[in-house]
Amino acid sequence: MATTAPGNLLMTTIDKAARWAKTRSMFPASFGLACCAIEMMATGTAHYDLSRFGMEVFRASPRQSDLMVVAGRVSQKMAPVLRQVYDQMPDPKWVISMGACASTGGMFNNYALVQGVDQVVPVDIYVPGCPPGPQSLMHGILTLHDKIMNGEIAS
Amino acid sequence: MSDDTKTLDVWVAGTEEPELTPTDEGAQEIAIDESGRRLDEQFGRVVEDDYVFDDEAEEDERMILNMGPQHPSTHGVLRLQIELEGEIIRRTKPIIGYLHTGMEKTGEQLNFSQGGTNVTRMDYLAPFHNELAYSLAVERLLGIDVPPRAAAIRVLLSELNRCSSHLVALATNGMDIGAISMMMYGFREREQILAFFEKTTGLRMNHNFIRPGGVAADLPPGWKDDVAAIIEEFPRRLDQYDDLLENNPIWVARTKGVGVLSAEEATGYGITGPTLRSTGVDWDIRKAFPYSGIEQYEFEVPLGEHGDVYDRYRIRVEEIKQSLSIVEQVMDTIPKGDFRVDDRKVTPPPRARIDESMEALIHHFKLFTEGYKVPAGETYVAVESPRGELGCYLVSDGGANPYRMHTRAPSFANLQALPIAMADSLMADTVATIASLDPVMGDVDR
Amino acid sequence: MTDDTGAVETEEAVEVPKRSLPNNEVLKGLFEPFEDVSWGDSLGQDVARVPNERWLDFATAAKGAGFEVCVDVTVVDWMRSRPDRFEVVANLLSMQHRLRLRMSTTAPRLEPTVASLVPVWPGANFAEREAYDMFGIVFEGHPDLTRILMPDEWEGHPLRKDFGVGAVPVQFKESHKVS
Repeated sequence: MATTAPGNLLMTTIDKAARWAKTRSMFPASFGLACCAIEMMATGTAHYDLSRFGMEVFRASPRQSDLMVVAGRVSQKMAPVLRQVYDQMPDPKWVISMGACASTGGMFNNYALVQGVDQVVPVDIYVPGCPPGPQSLMHGILTLHDKIMNGEIAS
Repeated sequence: MSDDTKTLDVWVAGTEEPELTPTDEGAQEIAIDESGRRLDEQFGRVVEDDYVFDDEAEEDERMILNMGPQHPSTHGVLRLQIELEGEIIRRTKPIIGYLHTGMEKTGEQLNFSQGGTNVTRMDYLAPFHNELAYSLAVERLLGIDVPPRAAAIRVLLSELNRCSSHLVALATNGMDIGAISMMMYGFREREQILAFFEKTTGLRMNHNFIRPGGVAADLPPGWKDDVAAIIEEFPRRLDQYDDLLENNPIWVARTKGVGVLSAEEATGYGITGPTLRSTGVDWDIRKAFPYSGIEQYEFEVPLGEHGDVYDRYRIRVEEIKQSLSIVEQVMDTIPKGDFRVDDRKVTPPPRARIDESMEALIHHFKLFTEGYKVPAGETYVAVESPRGELGCYLVSDGGANPYRMHTRAPSFANLQALPIAMADSLMADTVATIASLDPVMGDVDR
Repeated sequence: MTDDTGAVETEEAVEVPKRSLPNNEVLKGLFEPFEDVSWGDSLGQDVARVPNERWLDFATAAKGAGFEVCVDVTVVDWMRSRPDRFEVVANLLSMQHRLRLRMSTTAPRLEPTVASLVPVWPGANFAEREAYDMFGIVFEGHPDLTRILMPDEWEGHPLRKDFGVGAVPVQFKESHKVS
């Protein structure tokens, strides 16, 4: 086969190619809630340059995005909205829970906050920190890429 | 809300005002069946809500537009119900609470020394000001004064914080109107300040560094070089902003004469901060009720004239310059001495003492678990945050926890100006107006 | 805060006043016509204790005396430690006189009602809605007294002392094992 093929040829499986494509053009929905949203914005801007990973385009509409970064505390009033935004996203979709408040409620264990966004939507990656620095968020995103490529998180 | 005083400002201010005819957009003909109400509801002409309709208006000409709470340009989870007549906004109702965190309740559960971790997360763009207002209130109840060096460090950090907060305001304001380069520039400069904050406090945001009794630690070695680099770098950067925005006809056209507030409206609605000063009212708490020794430093209070988006933007740029001048003065005149008050009741023993003395260890432990008792009383202390008057109303019943901890949030009050500033303006100017008020939803909802 | 006007008292101080009044001329003029409003000094800040039914009258007079901004309206829930459970507090600011004044009144345990300050200062709107939402104080005359921070269908008023914190016990589970 190698003798008959013209020019350069790359061989892979369709599954791998699809996974690769998913990771390299992952568009996050801009779902900024609180402090973490500022750090998420900082991640997207020039200094940390999220576009290195093909995902600087924060989509305004959930219909155009496949990653939801829940950046901040989720209140009881916000939870239904969050679920609706998640439902509007087309498959395949992933969720990163950014920061202590989104992951567990953080230091605010009270009447107003949902104690962990995983009660509302399924979460793929939890990023710790209050707020997580841009490097932490990028590590979370790269871990998610890893998870998509390999089907699981490599230890 | 006065609807008769407003003039439509559609083109660039200064040019002749065109006559506007209301369009019928949003009132497309729909085949209405017998129970037309259902269709009306679907098309937003009838809303099952607490929104009050103007009975005199013809139903067909009005359209309710819902904006948010998840919207890229609304500075967080702000939701607006906008009543449109064609392209023109007639009424706006801000709906908030989507970030309500119950911080005032949590504040009653934490003792006075822990409270800083709570308040610093309210206005997450100006955490030092939150901590400062809270610490000043606790200190007033305790009746203690902080050493001069602690006060100077507080001024230094809070004024740098004002710069970083205004940079985010400029950046997002630019992005909302489409000047995305401004977003990149603003956040680039902010990183420089945050790097200094991280070096000093250990965190980029939510520092809990200013505490009752002083600050958590002394400034790190080499801080003067970092601050000097910021002071040297920023004027050049601010000139770049002028090139980018001030000399940009699109920016000027989209901000001048947009979102206008008058001085009477601003004072009546309790608006403070740059938004109030943009209307020409000379009011700055740093001048009127100085705190933390800020009266020693010379600075000016930049004022606007027209109360529009452009003036607010100019004031923010000028305030960055003034804050840098304060920072420079602090750097030159910072006194030597202790960075926290020498009062065993509120100050933990030095780290070195804990290693050698059992009593010091116990003292340290008890201070951070049980806290200290604060005499009964009530007080209200306000500081000038980047958004306006940030006050802390603190009531103590003599225990170790605040009986009531209330924060007067500047964004919360400033948001009341939104319906007035937006009335009778164009739909496209909405995001410019919101961004210029610079509401931080963590501050609004707490 | 730093509004000490210095000692302007001269021989007039010989007369013993019926009740204590502030030294400041503006505040003195405001307080004198109101026999039932008492003036207090709380850590150097001026406080006016106003009877519930005089709340709006005093507010109108305060605005006339130069307090053009109502900075904040909030509530303290005293539960059983005071005869009237709720204390409604409004912080006023006078930019022309560089003065602050805190006025407070009380509201009973059952059906706590206070006159709304919105007719005097429109800026009290959001603050009173928050006080209603968080404490259930009814502000009579408020144009739109609805919940502002909590969802509309929420039951109870969270910042009342008898409303639980609503904390969820923290569970420490076994950590998920990654193969």
